[in-house]
Amino acid sequence: MTANTEIFQLLPHLVIGVGIVLSVVIEISTKKSESILPWFTILLLVFAGAHSIINVYDYQILFGGMYAIGGVTAIFNFIFTIGAAIMVLNAVDYIKKSKMNFGEFYILVQSSVLGMMLMAGARDLFMIFIGLELMSICFYVLAGINRTKIGNTEAALKYFLLGAFATGFIVFGIALIYGTAKSTSIDQIVFAYEYFITDVLFLTGLTLFVIGFLFKIAAFPFHMWVPDVYQGAATPVTGLMSTTGKAAAFSVLIIILSAVFTQNITNNFEILFAVIATLSMLYGSIVAIAQDNLKRMLAYSSIAHAGYMTIGLAAGNIESVSGIIFYLTAYAFMNLGAFGVIALIEGSNEENLDINSYAGLNSKSPILAGFMALFMFALAGIPPMAGFFGKYYVFVAAIKADLTWLAIVGVFSSAISVYFYLRVVVYMYFKDSTSSIIIKNSFTGLLAVIISGLLVLVFGILPDTLFSIITSVLSY
Amino acid sequence: MENSQILTYLLFTPIIGAVIILFMKESQAVLIRIFGLLISLFAFAVSLYPYFNFDYTNPDFQFIHKVLWVESLDISYHVGADGISVLLILLTTFITPITLLSSWKAIDKKIKLFTMMMLLLEAGMIGVFMALDVFLFYIFWEAMLIPMYFIIGIWGGEQRIYASVKFFIYTMFGSLLMLVAIIWLTVAASKNIGLYTTNLILLYQQAPNIMLDIQKWLFLAFFFSFAVKVPLFPLHTWLPDAHVQAPTAGSVILAGVLLKMGTYGLIRFNLPLFPQSTVEFAPFISILAIIGIIYGALVAMVQTDMKKLVAYSSVSHLGFVVLGIFALTFESVQGAVIQMVNHGLSTGALFLLVGIIYERTHKREIAYYGGIAKLVPLFAIALMFASLSSIGLPGLNGFIGEFLILLGAFQSQVLDSWWYVVFAATGVIFAAVYLLWMYQRVVFGTVTNEKLNTELTDLNAREIIVLVPIFIFIVWIGIYPTTFLDLSEAPVSAILEHVKNYTFNFLYW
Repeated sequence: MTANTEIFQLLPHLVIGVGIVLSVVIEISTKKSESILPWFTILLLVFAGAHSIINVYDYQILFGGMYAIGGVTAIFNFIFTIGAAIMVLNAVDYIKKSKMNFGEFYILVQSSVLGMMLMAGARDLFMIFIGLELMSICFYVLAGINRTKIGNTEAALKYFLLGAFATGFIVFGIALIYGTAKSTSIDQIVFAYEYFITDVLFLTGLTLFVIGFLFKIAAFPFHMWVPDVYQGAATPVTGLMSTTGKAAAFSVLIIILSAVFTQNITNNFEILFAVIATLSMLYGSIVAIAQDNLKRMLAYSSIAHAGYMTIGLAAGNIESVSGIIFYLTAYAFMNLGAFGVIALIEGSNEENLDINSYAGLNSKSPILAGFMALFMFALAGIPPMAGFFGKYYVFVAAIKADLTWLAIVGVFSSAISVYFYLRVVVYMYFKDSTSSIIIKNSFTGLLAVIISGLLVLVFGILPDTLFSIITSVLSY
Repeated sequence: MENSQILTYLLFTPIIGAVIILFMKESQAVLIRIFGLLISLFAFAVSLYPYFNFDYTNPDFQFIHKVLWVESLDISYHVGADGISVLLILLTTFITPITLLSSWKAIDKKIKLFTMMMLLLEAGMIGVFMALDVFLFYIFWEAMLIPMYFIIGIWGGEQRIYASVKFFIYTMFGSLLMLVAIIWLTVAASKNIGLYTTNLILLYQQAPNIMLDIQKWLFLAFFFSFAVKVPLFPLHTWLPDAHVQAPTAGSVILAGVLLKMGTYGLIRFNLPLFPQSTVEFAPFISILAIIGIIYGALVAMVQTDMKKLVAYSSVSHLGFVVLGIFALTFESVQGAVIQMVNHGLSTGALFLLVGIIYERTHKREIAYYGGIAKLVPLFAIALMFASLSSIGLPGLNGFIGEFLILLGAFQSQVLDSWWYVVFAATGVIFAAVYLLWMYQRVVFGTVTNEKLNTELTDLNAREIIVLVPIFIFIVWIGIYPTTFLDLSEAPVSAILEHVKNYTFNFLYW
């Protein structure tokens, strides 16, 4: 197949790439861009997502082994695009409310999604790096897009500095890997993984590479940026960073370690991942108890969730890959939903983020309270919500890999985390309102929450809709 | 009777009812109440079908309905019922309309949410009693926590938030351990059968072949989870808080049905899945049960709060059930099964009566009352009746269960000592002490508190309708228990036979 036809295989990427350029044109050419761009963005994203998931069984390697489409990549693309579409839907009224209604917002979202898609599809270390930088730089800007607010700027700066640090690790890791493996092609590295891994320099390089991505998934002890950035950034942006950003980083970890997952090779990183998973879960769950700010609480909960997914990396078998992917999907929609509710309740100047603002929410807005409760129960991992199945699959993988103790730690941590998730429900349902907050009506915002809620329920009650796709593409 | 869908209809009746109520208006409170009551009565009617079509001679599961659910992990929606299940499902569908009717006045806010939660709770409990897939069982077991949590948290007493969170975290902790055990069990069994399955009936064959070292841990994890729910001493501390803070309807469901899920789980999972460990641990667990019997009774004796007294009496009564199960004789397990129903009826009635009087005075302290026999004669009679049933007066239901359990435990080869029975029997005496003493202080004597004259009114028609069905069954079981014992006869002897087969050359028998 020639390069000319190969390029059309990348239709979702092309559509978004062209969309970015068109969005820039729309932004400078018309005054009404704020009312066109969100819908244009959603259209692009939904198209790309639908195209990916329809062609999920069409697995191909393109451009001489540089890039893959279909299979796991397609599932990740689905998470990125649909997650971002939900976030944009939620953000339409939010960015008007908080007076940062710039067209750049949508362009940056599109670019970051393109970066994520490149990461998930890349089969070459440099492609990964390009995708990572595209995503990260967009995120740095998005985190600080509301430049008049101090918290926003602080978040952007912290994110940028620590993110750049992580990038340094990754680049150094790539250099060492290239130096020993004489190639940046992931397929070659995976093919001869067993041979390379005995080389100390290769192992060092791979470790540095992995650590760089552990920064991105917000695992302990590389989590320092998470609470401040999640709290400081605009709420929908936090939703995007915490879900799709995490998924993109996991997609790279899964690809680079795919030799371990599929070929029964000893997992050199088992202990590293097991320790990191344990610390992330316990640290995230315990510190979240003390948080009164809901965004900060969800930031620590996000560290804990990174820990649950890292259990899958430690387990290192084929079940763990499907478990992680399912978990990421479930987490994406429940977290986007939770941040969506927070964005709706938040005032125009970052107020009403405190848990006290949620007191008696049930009597003010039963729909929002109901959905928030749904997301909290889902995050806590209570069946029949999607979050439960994510944990279940990951625990199955751990026990199959004889890591029963890790599953038990996960269970302990889940039991702890129930406390702070329930606390939100306690405030919404069991306490009477103390403040007189006014919730601005936002149809699109509510729609985003409802879509996330329905997805959380569908993946919870009928997990096989997604899980059968994951397992069948993994059997390639 | 393969592939009957009656149990599925039964399960979805309350769920569909709850969904319909979701779309009704909060202002139509009376309509919602009547609709909820009708749905729960309809569910009761549906649950009579399996009872009347039950094949008494068949020890296996009947009315099985199986649909593949999660193909990749071979998880099925797989329900069915044996005699024990049918009995407990009947108890559930019988208690739910009673609690809905009893809360007609007591619940006066958010009636829509309340009715929905009660119906969802009913569905969850029915699901637990009919699930034949360990995974499905876990889903119902967990999902049922959410409505109960809301019922305690929204409509409970002053300390409701503390009680509801404690209830949730306590039980969640236990059940998460069970989750690990379920996964471990299915993974370990899959090495024997070669495929990963959560089908309980297949696991019955395979689980006993798991290495004893692993089996022991699995047994303990399941046991711990069920023991929290029972609750067995020393894991009982959530119970008094939850009971006292819950609204009457919540307490009745909690005592009547929810606690039975723990003991049901012991019979359904621990005994047949891990027979060797069961026999090994039986003496220790029986000792815990007896400590629970005596401790619960002694603590109940010194309570000043009526509801707390009844709550601690539950700890004591459930100790009998656990003793019966782990004595592992036919009589004792049969006694345990019937005692689950008995406790549901008599403690349910006691909670209803305490709730009825609380509605009028908003006081639960025993000291507040005195000499109310003259003011509310019908109430006094009803309370006497319920207390005697709980004490185990011959001719009423409690006697049958306790007698069978003690008889069975006395003959038990696994326990092999009559000291167990001696200590357990003191519980019966203590029960008479704390209940009759409470009765004496509340009902007899002269009216000590002037306010009672104006506050108290006797049972009204609705309350009589609520109580009479319970009393009918209390007498029925007391006089002719065969109706109910026959149901569980075949499955109980099959389970014991199964346990015996695996431990025959192994230990005491």
